[in-house]
Order: sequence, then structure tokens, then C-alpha cells
Amino acid sequence: MTNEPSDLFSQQQSNRVRSRLLIAGFIAFFAWLGFGGDWLAWQFTLDAAPGTYRHQFPWLGVVMSLGAAIAAIVAWRRGPERVLWSTNAYEVVDPVNDDERRLVNVVEEMAIAGGVPRPRIWIVPDDDPNAFATGRDPSAAHVAVTAGLLMMLDRDELQAVIAHELGHVKNLDMRLMTLLAALVGAVALVGDFMTRLMRGGSRSRVGSFGGGRSRGGGGGKKGGNPLLIVVLVLWILSWLLAPLVTRLLALGVSRKREYLADAMGAQFTRNPGALARALQKIEHAAAPTSSMKRGSAHLCIADPLGRRLSSREGFVAELLGTHPPMAIRVAKLKAMAYQQQDGGSRLADEGQNAI
Amino acid sequence: MFIVVLILMTLIVVWAVGAYNSLISLKNQVANAWKQIDVQLKRRHDLVPNLLAAVKGAMDFERGTLEAVVAARNQAIQVSSGGDVSKIAAVEGQLTGALHRLLAVVESYPDLKATGNIAQLQEELTSTENKIAFARQLYNDVVTQYNTKQRQVPTVFVAGVAGATLAPLWELTDDAERAVPKVEF
Repeated sequence: MTNEPSDLFSQQQSNRVRSRLLIAGFIAFFAWLGFGGDWLAWQFTLDAAPGTYRHQFPWLGVVMSLGAAIAAIVAWRRGPERVLWSTNAYEVVDPVNDDERRLVNVVEEMAIAGGVPRPRIWIVPDDDPNAFATGRDPSAAHVAVTAGLLMMLDRDELQAVIAHELGHVKNLDMRLMTLLAALVGAVALVGDFMTRLMRGGSRSRVGSFGGGRSRGGGGGKKGGNPLLIVVLVLWILSWLLAPLVTRLLALGVSRKREYLADAMGAQFTRNPGALARALQKIEHAAAPTSSMKRGSAHLCIADPLGRRLSSREGFVAELLGTHPPMAIRVAKLKAMAYQQQDGGSRLADEGQNAI
Repeated sequence: MFIVVLILMTLIVVWAVGAYNSLISLKNQVANAWKQIDVQLKRRHDLVPNLLAAVKGAMDFERGTLEAVVAARNQAIQVSSGGDVSKIAAVEGQLTGALHRLLAVVESYPDLKATGNIAQLQEELTSTENKIAFARQLYNDVVTQYNTKQRQVPTVFVAGVAGATLAPLWELTDDAERAVPKVEF
């Protein structure tokens, strides 16, 4: 564990950088959609007859860039609340029953083990076992578990799951992943809007584009401009592919992190076997976690969508699952537990004492 | 030539500042981790009387176990103001051992266990024990980092300036604590 801090530090640093890049990329993408459209419109109306509309002020780009910046600010400031709100979670302030008291105690224990401030604790009323962490900073983090998780896991296993989530908190994964969830949501909104527009008004839309081009061609001078066509094609493709790209981005960002959070969780509890058991229990309860929305799937400890791609191994699962194959995660944890046992100390209790 | 010397000096100063700061930061982390342990130990001291009050009536004949807990707690409170890590570790280790024995005994009284109060206290005690164990784990991790760093070349050259001294690890001294009776909840 002695080289852990530098790993942790570089992981935090890379998460900070990625968070910034994500926001910059998000705004740049919308600026491209906006100003690209402006440029096209400007080209098309360049030779417009006097008196007809001529596109000169790039209002589309200004509006879309501003909109994206506002969306990013909202995602940054209200992302955690929105993710929690979308799952109908309620906060545990004063535990009212034994399960809640145990949860609060376990979270406090893990916060101490991880050396992070105690996060706020939420319960999602859903019978499928799952858990996620969200928040901007470790000092303002939230950990949410489903009611099913509380029922299904014993104390050690619950501890392991919470430790995994606090691993995400400590290395700032949750900042990046919450931002992604919020921004994916925003892009999905745009995507839905576009598909509706394409489906509903496809004829009139194509018509207007066609008209624009013929008018441009009729002007003669810009008729064969290849740049214009390339930009036009790229621009339309960007609109169409945006939701897909952001979703793939969310997938790619989340998969590798799960291994790291598993390892950090094992480091906090010194009991990797418990996390392996918990993951297996979660895996066997294969019902989809219906209160988790598509956009926030990558936040969870196990894929909530019930697709259970993560139960299979192989290339497709590696590419399309939000989570790495469960069998590999469990195998890695069991290897850790085995090493620990080999080291001469029994896992659970003495594992903590044998430092 | 002068410029080369100047650049070298600047590099050394920049490095020294960085090394100094990292040592200071680790030192504060050690102090903070110690405070975490302290908070949890105090919590446990406060919890013990409640636990004793709850089990007293039913276990009059297990007087020895109860008295061991009381004695260990009183000793722990006395030592806690001193701030000597190895001493505190020793007496708190005894308290841990005594509490574990008490809990093991409570297990053999199903009537006692059935009352809600005991179950709740057991959860609180388990949690406190865990918190102490995890606080100790964090403390020992941070201390190990701190001690390693201040002894390593080249950080060792600024260790004196940063006032870094080896921090004591929290070691287990009580044999009874090493051989914890397994308590099922």
C-alpha cells in the first residue's frame, strides 16, 4: 500500500483534468453545432437577393454556446442533486430502524477508514440491490444504496460496497461521472429533440436544405465549393451522432474505474472477499434497477439496466457494457483475498489488526 | 557558468520547498488521523457505562467479566490525557479485550440478547470497535508513509528543517486482543 498515495494523487489529478476537458469539450461541441450552422447559413445566403434574409450575425452559435455553458454550470452545481432526485432517493438523517442505523454506522466506519469526511447518506426505494456515489468534492459527497441492497447483504458485504463507493469519492471519479451523467442527459435531450424534428418535419426540413443548396448553386460562384459540402456533412453527422458519442464516452470512462474502486474498497476494509461475495449476490439478483435511468447507469456499482452484458466476457461486453464483466471483478478480488490469506493472517477481523 | 549555478540553485530550492511541504502535509495527516482515533476512543468510553447498565441485572454472576471492563475503562480514561501512543494503545487494547469477552458472554444469554436495547447497544459497540480499528488502520498507514518519507533520500535532508520525527505506530500489545473471540451478530 505504500505506493498508493502517488497512485491516488495521479488518479485525482487525471480526474480533475478529465472533468475540465469534458466541460470544455461539451461547450466546444455545442459551439461547433451553433457556429457551424451559422457559417453554413452565411454561405448559403451569401448571394441572396437584396431584400431577402441574409445571415450575418451568428446568433445560432452565440445562443448554443451560451446554452451549453449554462447547461455545464447547472450540471456542475446541481448535478448530484439531479441524479439523486431522478432516483427518488430519500436522505437518512436520523436512522429510524436497525437497517438504517447499521447503514449509517457502516458509512461512518468506511469514511474513517478512507480518511474522507462522512458523506450524506441516501436510500433509493428499489428492491434490486445497487449503490452509487455522487458529488463534486469529497467534502460534499453523497452515497446512495437501494433498499434491496440493505436487505440482501450482511454487515461485512455492505461495508465492502460502501468502501467501493467511497473509493470513487476519494479519487474524484464521482465528480467526473456525475458531470458525465448530467451532460449526457443534456445531450440526450438535444438528441430526442432532433429525432423528433427529423421524424415529424423531415419533408419540410429536407426541402429547406435542398432549396438552400440550389439557391447557392444558382449563384454560380460557390457552387462547387468542396469545403462547404464537407462542413455540411460533418455538421449534420454531429447532430445525429451526438447522443451516441456521449453515451460511448460515458461507457469508456466508467469501466476501468470499477477495478480501481474495487481495489480501493479492498484497501479500506482489508477484506476483499466480502466485496467479492457482495458482487456475486448483486449479480444473482438480476432484475433491472428500474429507478436508475440510462444516463446515470455508469454511476452504479453494478450495471442497473438489466442488460447484464457484464455477466458475459469478451470483446462486445468489454466495448458496450457500462461495467467490466462481473466474473473478472470477482476473480480479481478473490485473488487479493487469497494473497492476504497466504500472508498468514485470516481475512476478516485480523486483517484489520495485522497492519 | 553563473547562469548554470543559478539554475541549479533554483532547482534545488524548488525541490526543497516541495519536499518540505510534503513532509508537513504528512505530519498534519498523522495528527489528524490520531485525532480520529481519539474521538472514537472517547466514544467508546462513553458507551461502556450504558452497556454495563443494560446487562448488569441479568448477569450478576459474571461479576469478573464486568469488573474487568470497568477497570479497563477507568484505566483507559486515566491514560488518555497523557497522549503517549504506546501506553494508550496498551490500555485500550485491554479494554477491547475485556469488551470482546463481555460480548461473547452476552451471546450465551438468549433472553438478554432478545431485548431491543441490547441488540442496539451491540450494534453501537460493534460499530465503535470497527471505527477504532479503521481509525487505527488509517493512522498506521499514514504514520508508515510519514516515517518512510522522512527517512528516504533525498527527503531526509530537509527532515530536520521540517521538524519531522518518527511517529509511533499503534501496535497491539494485548495478547487477548489478538485472539479475538468470534462474535456472531
